[in-house]
Order: sequence, then structure tokens, then C-alpha cells
Amino acid sequence: MKTVYLDHAAATPVRPEVLAAMLPYFTERFGNPSAVYDLGSSIKEAIEVHRAKVASLIGAPPEGIVFTSSGAEANNLAVKGAALAHLKQGRHVIVSAIEHHSVLNSARYLEKFHDFEVTFLPVNKFGQVEPERLKKALSPATVLVSIQHASNEVGTIQGLSDLTAICREHDILFHTDAVATAGQVPIDVKELGVDLLSLSGPALGGPKGSGALYFRRGLRLVPQIHSGIQENGRRGGTENVPGIVGLGLAAELAKQELPVKAAHLKALRDRLAAGVKERIPFTIFTGHPEERLPGHASFCFEGIEGEALVFLLNGRGIYANTGSACASKALKVSPTLCAMGISPEVAQGSLVFTLNSTNREAEIDFVLEELPQAVEKLRSFSPVWRKKMAAVSGGRA
Amino acid sequence: MRFLQECKADATADLVYRVCPMHLLEPAEFLKDLQEGQVLEILTDYDGALEDIPAWCDKHGQEFLGLCEDEEDQDLYKLYIRKVH
Repeated sequence: MKTVYLDHAAATPVRPEVLAAMLPYFTERFGNPSAVYDLGSSIKEAIEVHRAKVASLIGAPPEGIVFTSSGAEANNLAVKGAALAHLKQGRHVIVSAIEHHSVLNSARYLEKFHDFEVTFLPVNKFGQVEPERLKKALSPATVLVSIQHASNEVGTIQGLSDLTAICREHDILFHTDAVATAGQVPIDVKELGVDLLSLSGPALGGPKGSGALYFRRGLRLVPQIHSGIQENGRRGGTENVPGIVGLGLAAELAKQELPVKAAHLKALRDRLAAGVKERIPFTIFTGHPEERLPGHASFCFEGIEGEALVFLLNGRGIYANTGSACASKALKVSPTLCAMGISPEVAQGSLVFTLNSTNREAEIDFVLEELPQAVEKLRSFSPVWRKKMAAVSGGRA
Repeated sequence: MRFLQECKADATADLVYRVCPMHLLEPAEFLKDLQEGQVLEILTDYDGALEDIPAWCDKHGQEFLGLCEDEEDQDLYKLYIRKVH
């Protein structure tokens, strides 16, 4: 059966050239980077070379990069590590209501175990945090604000510069989760004005088990993994050298290919969105129409359940998601969509496509053939849909 | 331990929350960038540094100047080294 994979936010294959670069570090280059003999020191050099590549992707100095095991760990280190390092300044953190679980639950951890107050900041109908709302949420006790660069669920890119300017004015640290944007849109940490930024390897075509946190020079962090002096004492544990090499090379390739990739993804995304608009009535396009990830298309189809649609599409060889990969098994209505003011009934019908440079026009056309049929089939035995149609025709009469 | 009245430095190595033995490794790197006679300030929350830093200075021929009390943050130690060579 022909298959089309459009769930790259959940997982992306490791690029062949990235895998090839990683392999020697499992076998002949296996040395511990902390060892002083050549087999160790040469590995340490490899780590530093690849640290510089990750730094270059986001316009950061290499010494501002800490390697982690994932974007989630980077988010944990940023939120918990920065907040706990600044206890004397206050115990209030602000996160947006639509953050990834690794940010939301880190904030809840601070609330539960360290007596922090946490503000979960609402978003507008596009999923953006409005600067005025952030201003109003600040208090003299605020030490950290964490707002994602973009949502993997609705594709909206935040206007970060306006938000970071507010925090800078009040000497408050600003962290952003850039897992969804790194390698998708240009990033410069100085232009964004962020103090901390998380990214993840798999989102770039690197391996699972790799991630990184950028931190501004001089910023104190309480380590979240306590061990030796790896990562200059900021993250203990022997380094995942193959993962670091894979992440570094993936970051380098992502930077080189970014303009071409973004144009390719945007063309496919627009084709998909236009086709859906033309062929499937009663569809809501979620997220911001322009300020969005180039390879991201997200919809809510009224009258059906996204989970059922995913299964039906799966049977037709199309792989998509209903929302955040981590949350989809919880069978709950998306908190992100609810925070954007979409009603729970409509939010049930959520479907998310996340594209990669390997996707082709023919695949999008295949989706546009299959998806309308799948939606129609589900609607045909949906009592919610029948009720809606009765209301619509009643209204017209 | 010698307490200093005047705590002025040409550079600062902020090692707060960085695990042992970063308090010995990083100052050595900072000293490389200083001129002879210049003073390095070390900020740390690691109480072992109170013994380790003077001993490290003895061993490496650098001058340990002493400690400054931080009125604002009593959990932190501020130690001072003058670069000899």
C-alpha cells in the first residue's frame, strides 16, 4: 500500500548522512570524552566541533550551548534550573497556556515543591500571547517567562521580540521552546532577545535522545542532572556523543537548507490547505493564517472525531495526527485548541499535518483525494453532524 | 581565612551552582586571559572552595588574596586571586 507520512512533528527519520556520521562514535570512537588520553580528548574535540554547529543554527556562541537528552530535558533545565537559581529575586513564573507538557509540568513542579506561583497566560484565537496580557501578568516576584516560539499543534509562530522586550525592561528572564521552529524558520537568539532557548535533534533530522539548551552568557542555572563536570558542570552524565554528533550535523544541514526547505514546505502546505478548503465544507483552519510554520497545516472538521479520522486515514496509508504527539493518547480535547476559544465539540475534529522536505506534491494530491472521502464517511454516521445539518437546513428554511 | 576590606577585581568567574571541581578548572582558564598583577574574583556556592582555592594557589604559584563577605547573599563566597605568572 502506498503510504504518505505527514506527522514529522511527532517523529522524523534520521537523515542518512547524519546516521553515517554518528556510527563511528558507537564503535571505534567510543572513548569517554572526560578521559585525558587521545581516545577521550579527540572525542571531546568532536563534541566541541558539533557544539559550534548547533550554536551557529541559532546565532549563539558555542559556550552558550548545553547538550541534553531531548527538547523536554532542555525545557526542564531552562524552567526549573533558571527559576531555582533566582529564588532570591522571587517565586513567580509565567508560561503560556499552550506550552508543551515539559514546560507546563516543570512550572507545576515549581508550584508544588518550591512554593512558586505560576501564571498560565491565555492566548488569542490564533494561539498568540498578546503583549498587553503579558505586561499585566508581571509582578515584582516574576523571575521567568516561558513562551514557545511556535506551536507544533496549530503551527502559530509567536511574536517573541515584542514579548522579550517587555521582560528585558523588567529584568525578567525569558525562555522559549523552539523545538518546533529550529531548522524551520531562521532563528537568532540576539534578535529574538531570549535568555534561554530549547531545541531538539529529531525535529532537525537528527536522532531521538538529543537536544540542546541555549543560555545567555553569565546566566546561572541549577543543574537538573547531578553528576560530574560534563557540560561545564551544568548537566551531569557521560555525554551522548553519537547523539551530539548527529544533532550537530543535522543542525548544520538544516541551516544550509533552510531557505529552500521553507519555500518547498510552504508551497506544499498552501496546496494542502487550499485543497481542503475547496473540498471539505465546515472546516476550521486552526492557528494563524500567515504567522505559522511553513510545513504545518491544521484543521478542525466539524461533526467528527479526529481520532477516528486518524484511524481511517491510517487504513488508507496516510499518517497524520490529531494534535501534540505526546497528548494524543490521552483522548482529551486539546487544551491548546480550547485555550484558543475553539469549542470542545469542534476541537474534537482536530487533524494536524506536519510536512518535511522529503514530501512531494503527488503525496499532497493523494491526501486531497482520500481525506474528503474519509471526512464524508465519518460524517455520514455522526449524530453530531446530522444534528448540525438539520440545524443548518432548518435555518435556511 | 583572610577577609578583605576592599573587593575589587579585573574579571569574575561566576561558578555558582556549577559542580565540583569546576571551581578549580574554570579559574585557571580565566587567569590565562589576565595580565600579571590583575585580580580574579571567584563566585561560588561550594564551601569546599574555601580550602581548595588557597591550596590550588599554593600549588600553582598564584597569590590567594582572601575572601569577601557578601552582605546581600550570604550563601555565596567571593574569593580573590592575584595572577603572579
